[in-house]
Amino acid sequence: MVTAQRTLDRHLVRFADALRTAGLPVPLASTLEFGRAVAEVGADRRDGVYWAGRATLVHRPEDIPLYDEVFEQQWLGAIGRGRPATVPSPVTLLLDEPGGDDDDERESETPDSDVLSVRFSRVEVLSARDFAECSDDELAELHELMARLRFSGESRRCRRMRPNTRSGRLDLRRTVRAALRTEGEALYRSYLEPGERPRRLVLLLDVSGSMEAYARALIRFVHAATVGRRDVEAFALGTRLTRLTRELSTRDPDAALARAAEAVTDWSGGTRLGDGLRLFNDAWGVRGMARGAVVVVLSDGWDRGDPAVMSEQMQRLSRVAHRIVWVNPLKATPGYAPLAQGMAAALPHVDEFLEGHNLDSLEILAEAITRE
Amino acid sequence: MAGNVSPFSPHDVASVDDVIAALAAQSYLADEGLATAIFLALRLRRPILLEGEAGVGKTEVAKALATWSGGDFIRLQCYEGIDAAQAVYEWDYSKQLLHLRAAEAAGATEGVAVADLEDALYDERFLVRRPLLQALSASVADSGTPSVLLIDEVDRADDEFEAFLLEILSEYAVTIPEVGEFRAEVPPVVVITSNRTRDVHDALKRRCLYHWVAHPSVEREVEILRVRAPHVPLALARDVALVAAELRDMGLYKPPGVAETLDWAEALVLIGADDLDPEAIEFTVGTLLKYREDQERARARGFGDILSSVLGA
Repeated sequence: MVTAQRTLDRHLVRFADALRTAGLPVPLASTLEFGRAVAEVGADRRDGVYWAGRATLVHRPEDIPLYDEVFEQQWLGAIGRGRPATVPSPVTLLLDEPGGDDDDERESETPDSDVLSVRFSRVEVLSARDFAECSDDELAELHELMARLRFSGESRRCRRMRPNTRSGRLDLRRTVRAALRTEGEALYRSYLEPGERPRRLVLLLDVSGSMEAYARALIRFVHAATVGRRDVEAFALGTRLTRLTRELSTRDPDAALARAAEAVTDWSGGTRLGDGLRLFNDAWGVRGMARGAVVVVLSDGWDRGDPAVMSEQMQRLSRVAHRIVWVNPLKATPGYAPLAQGMAAALPHVDEFLEGHNLDSLEILAEAITRE
Repeated sequence: MAGNVSPFSPHDVASVDDVIAALAAQSYLADEGLATAIFLALRLRRPILLEGEAGVGKTEVAKALATWSGGDFIRLQCYEGIDAAQAVYEWDYSKQLLHLRAAEAAGATEGVAVADLEDALYDERFLVRRPLLQALSASVADSGTPSVLLIDEVDRADDEFEAFLLEILSEYAVTIPEVGEFRAEVPPVVVITSNRTRDVHDALKRRCLYHWVAHPSVEREVEILRVRAPHVPLALARDVALVAAELRDMGLYKPPGVAETLDWAEALVLIGADDLDPEAIEFTVGTLLKYREDQERARARGFGDILSSVLGA
């Protein structure tokens, strides 16, 4: 009996390990919980182990398919069908190591005058430079500048009250407290007024092929926006929708970007912007995330899908969002007109249409997001 | 079996089948996954977090649990800005002020130490119990039957509230500085629901057992319709479930949940439709699809077409 229990325990632990290897975060406490759950349900019950694990080890619906697969491999003895998803995606982010092939360029660009003034002017030149024309080194430098961008975002009134000394609703709690000190006479009255909290900021970054040159720079901006603020959500829009909020939530931009790159499986894939927006609206936006939020779409507006879908989805989004800011890196191109079908369809629903091709324009964007 | 498990002491529930049977006796048909999660929540005395689309019956689970156990059903509806004063306790300030005035009028305040005044004022009789405190103290009173605490739509509250909830749920106790600690003798059965408009914090999730409530299969939905709306003819119930399943695959903004199909079946019976035809659907579609765009999409495909494709006619 005891040995049977031991064998079972070993199986359970091995299963939890397999889940971890497959990429599902399983804390130790959950493994213990899983063991207790199986003991309660009984391992002899068909599906008992499966559901015990589902209730204790899985905490998000997205993880269910992965769980199912590992379960099948571990418990049903099925031969692994070979999950391609664990293969690291072939994405390398540009700035992580300065590329070898532009060394000459860097040398030719380093003038022999005073270092300090050179750096200064370099920043100035850089911040006006189109991301698409930057060398890897320049991008790396720009990224450092971008990491310093901080903005607080618009605020809105909220239902959480805060104390106020002069006017508003009477704060009985404090008033009674104060009355105790004046022999029961409510001499000092306290008040409450509605507090403020930042509006939620939702960033949708287009990572499709036509945006490639910009997406890698803009995701830095998205990261700068995500760090140090609560209530920011970030998504990558491509052939599908990938939520990046978790991946980008660390303070170390390199680690965050590496993880975001793992999460986005369709860097530079096809462009079906309207469909991507529909996915966002269905799964997150209209259900509550975009409600009263400032939504920033970073995209060139190239959409191979039906423009009617685009228009319909933008309309849905604009009905729930507080403000929609569209950032189009191509807008800076001389003679640009929003001819891309998707862009033309989206424009009527956009509150603010901005450039996003260089650092200067991103500073303007940061300001636009912060503005009341 | 169903007869002798009610009312229950939850920790006596012997198997997952008991849970299925007992909930079925309350007209709630739980599938194996949900029943296992509930069984574990009862046995391990852990809260259960139910996530899923609106209208799949998350809230109903808690109600069914309460009628089954015979314990108090206490509901805390979350909303933006909810805080301890609305969720746990508050002092009845107007009574306190009145008490102070009365004491003053009787000359009882003069020369009395502030501490004594405070003691008189922060007495349990001035305490207003909000749902969480009710749930923690209600179980104490009765004969071991736990109360059922439903914390509904936790995703609407903010993170501060979640952190606070975590504290209460890990100890099943709350401390009121002026009075002392309230600890549940029998921990309440806690059901937390979320529509997933945002992610619930990981720490809270880890504290809970988790179950994603999906739309039911056609067979199960027919059973649910039969149980919840017995006057709906079997043939109609089947057709309704088939059409609902088809609509859920059409990529609508708001696919109909069980709540909507129930409403729809009722509406069809009310207008006297014994079986489904395009006209009957046209009259009643408002109970099923609640977005103009969704209705138009269904209409564009044609109710007749939907019907013939699911009924194979």
